[in-house]
Amino acid sequence: MGSAVLMFALILAAAPPRRIVVAPGGPVPTVTAALRLARPGDTVVVTAGIYREPRLEVRVPVTLLGAGDAVLDGGGAHEVLTIRADDVTVRGLTIRNVGTSFTDDRAGIRIDGARGCVIADNRLLDTFFGIYAERADDCVVSGNVIEGRARRQTTSGNAIHLFYSTGFTVTGNRVSGHRDGIYLEFSHRVSIRDNESHGNVRYGLHFMFSDSCEYRRNVFSSNASGVAVMYSRSVTMVGNRFEDNWGPAAYGLLLKEIKDSRIEGNLLARNTVGLFAESADRLVVERNQFLRNGWAVRIMANATDNSFRWNRFEGNTFDVATNSQGSSPSTFAENYWDGYAGYDLDRDGFGDTPFRPVRLFSVIVEQNEPTLILLRSFFLDLLEAAERVMPVLTPEALVDSRPLMHWRVS
Amino acid sequence: MTAVKVLRYELRDLRRSRWLLGYVLLLLALTDALLRFGGGGPRAVLSLMNVVLVFVPLVSVVFGTMYLYGARDFIELLLAQPVGRGSLFAGLYGGLAAPLAIGFLLGVGLPFLWSGQGDGSLAGALAMLLATGVLLTLVFTALAFLVSLLFEDRAKGLGAAILVWLAATVLYDAVIVLVATAFTDYPLELPMLGLIVLNPVDLGRVLLLLQFDTAALMGYTGAVFERFFGTLVGLAVATGALALWCAGPLGLARARFRGKDF
Repeated sequence: MGSAVLMFALILAAAPPRRIVVAPGGPVPTVTAALRLARPGDTVVVTAGIYREPRLEVRVPVTLLGAGDAVLDGGGAHEVLTIRADDVTVRGLTIRNVGTSFTDDRAGIRIDGARGCVIADNRLLDTFFGIYAERADDCVVSGNVIEGRARRQTTSGNAIHLFYSTGFTVTGNRVSGHRDGIYLEFSHRVSIRDNESHGNVRYGLHFMFSDSCEYRRNVFSSNASGVAVMYSRSVTMVGNRFEDNWGPAAYGLLLKEIKDSRIEGNLLARNTVGLFAESADRLVVERNQFLRNGWAVRIMANATDNSFRWNRFEGNTFDVATNSQGSSPSTFAENYWDGYAGYDLDRDGFGDTPFRPVRLFSVIVEQNEPTLILLRSFFLDLLEAAERVMPVLTPEALVDSRPLMHWRVS
Repeated sequence: MTAVKVLRYELRDLRRSRWLLGYVLLLLALTDALLRFGGGGPRAVLSLMNVVLVFVPLVSVVFGTMYLYGARDFIELLLAQPVGRGSLFAGLYGGLAAPLAIGFLLGVGLPFLWSGQGDGSLAGALAMLLATGVLLTLVFTALAFLVSLLFEDRAKGLGAAILVWLAATVLYDAVIVLVATAFTDYPLELPMLGLIVLNPVDLGRVLLLLQFDTAALMGYTGAVFERFFGTLVGLAVATGALALWCAGPLGLARARFRGKDF
């Protein structure tokens, strides 16, 4: 057997070696053996079969290709694939069964200190962490399906985890059942597009200390919370959907310590809190749709100079809630509010009377949370009507002085 | 036996009443319209919630009071006959509360039946809506009896009836807000729970809201309530409180009825 492998290796060495085919019972029966044979530029084709091998380590720039149903199984005991070389491509493999660990962050695929890698079209099932990149740069993670069975935050990993990794492109992945769908920490200039993240026990997408990133056209649904952007600046959030993040403490989009960012053309529907902003500054929030949320926007007084314009607010229990009294550090202008009952005499498309999106009840609740139990009480409806006619308690400055009469998609 | 006879007579009398018919028709039209144009079952039930919590107590207490003042001659006539006061009272209450409760069940239940929207996931919420409505009817007719027996003067009695309704639906919640504001620095979940259980209208509202995903909006306090009413003890306390609100005023009214010099 050993000599057969050696012979094969010699043959490979003689001819310009390009493809190493791994097949159970073939001349190269294991991926481990194939990786030992591989030289830079080679392609390792893994044919159908279940491969239960020790942790695989890629140390030369090769392409790992799954042909048919090729399954790499971690046996519930260890990491499956670790990449330590630049320009490695992993495509079309199924990787499963990594097993939970409390001492190390095992992953289905780890990229460790490499650049220019491509991880595409793989299926990762029950991998503690799905794809884990650490000090890696300029890689592409696309078209992967990563499914976990997370129940609690403490016993689960993230589907896609980027740590100190810049310039990544993450597109078209479907991730579910993890702690965070996609997690970024100290990872800059990452582009996240067209992914679907649902059913994760913490966030669909989570930013920590990651500047100059963008995410577009992703769908975040039924996570404990949709997206959390924290301690980051210059983040672009365009065309995403934040849906069905419903629960006692669930947010569609949670912003904390974030500056100079753009939130445009997103749909936030059926979340307990659509957009929550704490200490968020200079955000441009435009053309978003807030539909049927508990609170569409909850903005704290320490969030300053944010501009809300051309957004659509419809069917929310509370349009805007804030703990700021009197002054408004952010501006609301030219939004569409379904609660607006004014008129437009000059027919310029904007209401002639201002709209105050902060309901009296939400003011009371902000100061005194237990009063939430009076939700839909007849008494509060009466108070509300009185406050509409003569505002006393609602913050005077938080007002949309040019509310849109109709919302048109632009 | 006598109670049943009085009850049957009263039912016949009430059937002729245009008030009751109007009540049922109004509920029918409202529920049907909500189901047709209100965007589906769950939203209709949520809208109906306000009807049940505000309208049903109002009709029960006002209609009940008015009816008893109207029946004063009839009561005096019967008292001249060999009829026990206890059975007369039971017959009067049953004869008023039962048609109102049945009228409510028909008015709200029938549209759900014929539109076929009352099954599946909505069944629990609908059952809770109907149960709350019936219990509130019983409670507020009992209060109507008490009021009409306490006040000799018709106008005063009617005023008192409306005041009772106002207290339960509006003033009580104002007190809750005041209490919550006054004791902001203390944990208020349990006192809130106590306050809500003490008012049948608030209790009905919270029990109904807990049937919907809107419950998530009620925050930590809501979660405390959800946990409490999810237990057998919580359910017993809730039904016990409503039963007490029915039995208490009724017992008082009955005692007064027995000793009253007509």
